[in-house]
Amino acid sequence: MMIEGDLLHTVTADHISDRRKRIGKTLVWGTALFGLALALWQFAFETGRVANGFDSWRPVLYAYMLWATALCASQVIVNGEKGKRTLFVLPAALFVISLVVFPLLFALYISFNDWNLASPNGPQPNGLDNVREMWNDAFYWNALKNMVYYVLAVSVEYIIAFALALLLNSQIRGRKFFRVVFLLPLMLSPVAVSWMIGKSMLEVRFGPISRLLREIGIEPSFFGSPEIARFMIMAMDAWTFIPFMMIMLLAGLQALPSEVIEASKVDGATGWQSFREVIFPLMLPVSVTAIVIRIIFKLKLADIIINVTSGGPGGATDSVTSFIFREYRDRSNVGYGTLLAIVYLILIIIFITMLLKIVSRWMERPA
Amino acid sequence: MSAIFKEHGGERTTSGKWWMSRIAIYSALLLWTIICLFPIYWTFTTSFKLAPDVMRGNMVPWWDFTPRWKGWESIGLSPRLIGEVSTVREEFLKRFWNSTIISVTASLLAVVLGSLAAYGLSRFSYRFGFMRNSDISFFFLSQMILPPVVLALPFLVLYKSLALLDTRIGLILLYTLMVLPIVIWIMRDQFQGIPIELEEAALVDGLGIWGAFMRIVLPIALPGMVAAFILSLVLCWNEYFFAALLTATNSTTLPVMVASQTGSQGINWWSMAALSAAAILPLIVVAIFLERYIIKGMAAGAVK
Repeated sequence: MMIEGDLLHTVTADHISDRRKRIGKTLVWGTALFGLALALWQFAFETGRVANGFDSWRPVLYAYMLWATALCASQVIVNGEKGKRTLFVLPAALFVISLVVFPLLFALYISFNDWNLASPNGPQPNGLDNVREMWNDAFYWNALKNMVYYVLAVSVEYIIAFALALLLNSQIRGRKFFRVVFLLPLMLSPVAVSWMIGKSMLEVRFGPISRLLREIGIEPSFFGSPEIARFMIMAMDAWTFIPFMMIMLLAGLQALPSEVIEASKVDGATGWQSFREVIFPLMLPVSVTAIVIRIIFKLKLADIIINVTSGGPGGATDSVTSFIFREYRDRSNVGYGTLLAIVYLILIIIFITMLLKIVSRWMERPA
Repeated sequence: MSAIFKEHGGERTTSGKWWMSRIAIYSALLLWTIICLFPIYWTFTTSFKLAPDVMRGNMVPWWDFTPRWKGWESIGLSPRLIGEVSTVREEFLKRFWNSTIISVTASLLAVVLGSLAAYGLSRFSYRFGFMRNSDISFFFLSQMILPPVVLALPFLVLYKSLALLDTRIGLILLYTLMVLPIVIWIMRDQFQGIPIELEEAALVDGLGIWGAFMRIVLPIALPGMVAAFILSLVLCWNEYFFAALLTATNSTTLPVMVASQTGSQGINWWSMAALSAAAILPLIVVAIFLERYIIKGMAAGAVK
């Protein structure tokens, strides 16, 4: 897949003088030193070694932005035409690095500290105590176990989404209307959904679904027992996200070569046969993409849980994110919460890498 | 058309089958339409109900209950209160405005940064240290895996020392980061679909690479950029987790407001329904009128 060399060739007839190069380098190093000096000054002020400083670290942030701008500008000054090419990617790269890599390193540091934001002591390094606490934290393991259930629920969502995509792809009237309607749940914020469905429609006394169940003769209780509560969370999450998979699959269906399907019909295949033997295998790459992306989104599941059950009953619906959210909200335990999050990240990376490996090996297998 | 070679008897059964499949397809469509629309219908009608209507479970306006503006009055948006000064409306509009500014700015920023990066990656080959193009692309896209919790607590501490807690800028930066990989994914697909000959011609005519990008490529890629923008807008508008952690009073967004009312209102459903309805209405409008772009954006990565 890698394409070596530029696709777009440019003739670079730059002649960059030494003076210009020196100016560029001075600019970068000058602003970097300025920012560093400012940071050191602020650090000295916070630790009480210097009498006057700023109220916050905000000026250091400005100095950092100045340095980033200088770095971008110096690319063009020093490298000329080649620098202009770098300038396409550099801003985004700098943005992501400064907002992800630095905070991640910082997170690694605080995860080995006993740090309660409510206490005035600040961070206290406590070695592996957090890890030991995590090892014995039944609620965290329970939340991880729940995540497995939640991820498995994607398979059901996939089947429904595929069925809907097939429906929308068949010869129907008012396709645009149905497409808009089927898309709507995806637009709604999970917080609104948790009130609309979780808190009012599923309300035991007056909710319409409870009423319907009572008509049939079942006494409704949606968030009482662990299994049903978990199923309800899954259903609500599925309701919002099925359109997402549906749209991807529909796009895949519409891109299928129609000759192949026609040919299978000419050969006398029934609807089910042509689906199983022709459409489904052709749809595999799209399906895999849709499922992988859906799993990635699923791993972030939290909003609905936080707002509908806040993890209850007894942690049966907790996802890792909602658990850590409460760990912070109720106990402002930043150090421990961050360690849990870091462990979760590592698990996710391992899981997704394995998933992608398996998928790519499986897809290469001759059909 | 194909009936030429068929017997008459066969004709009738196929037509019967055809009708059966029609009925099955349309009833399935209808069922899912109800599943999709009923919660929305429920929310909008409940916002016009009173306590007895809620308790009796009335559903159809004008038939089994008379619509009242009580729910909408609780956020100051009813015909009676619209002309008067209302603190609840001020509050609501402030949150609404925060949501608008934050999501629009973050999406714009993400589209600008993301489009530039995607264009660079689809046209030139880079080397930053050991990283080549595919590594850089992977680096950007892998941000999608990063769960928000990992960043949330470090950001809480960082923002505290940077005095960015409870500011719009703080949220904008995070939201941009959140949607950037998606934008890059969509835009890379878009740029790969634009023939390079166009830019080569522009270069021959004396434009620089940035000139060619701005004057030739951007206008062609504009629909894709709109798609990426709208998808980002939806995601940012609905974001709850970071907003709940990092804001308190000044820059709270609508989802936080909705969530904070959920617990306290009890059976006061009409006001919650009105609030939820007002929060989801803009997106429903977006979905109806800009559906084309949303689908385009989501389909971008699916089909190679």
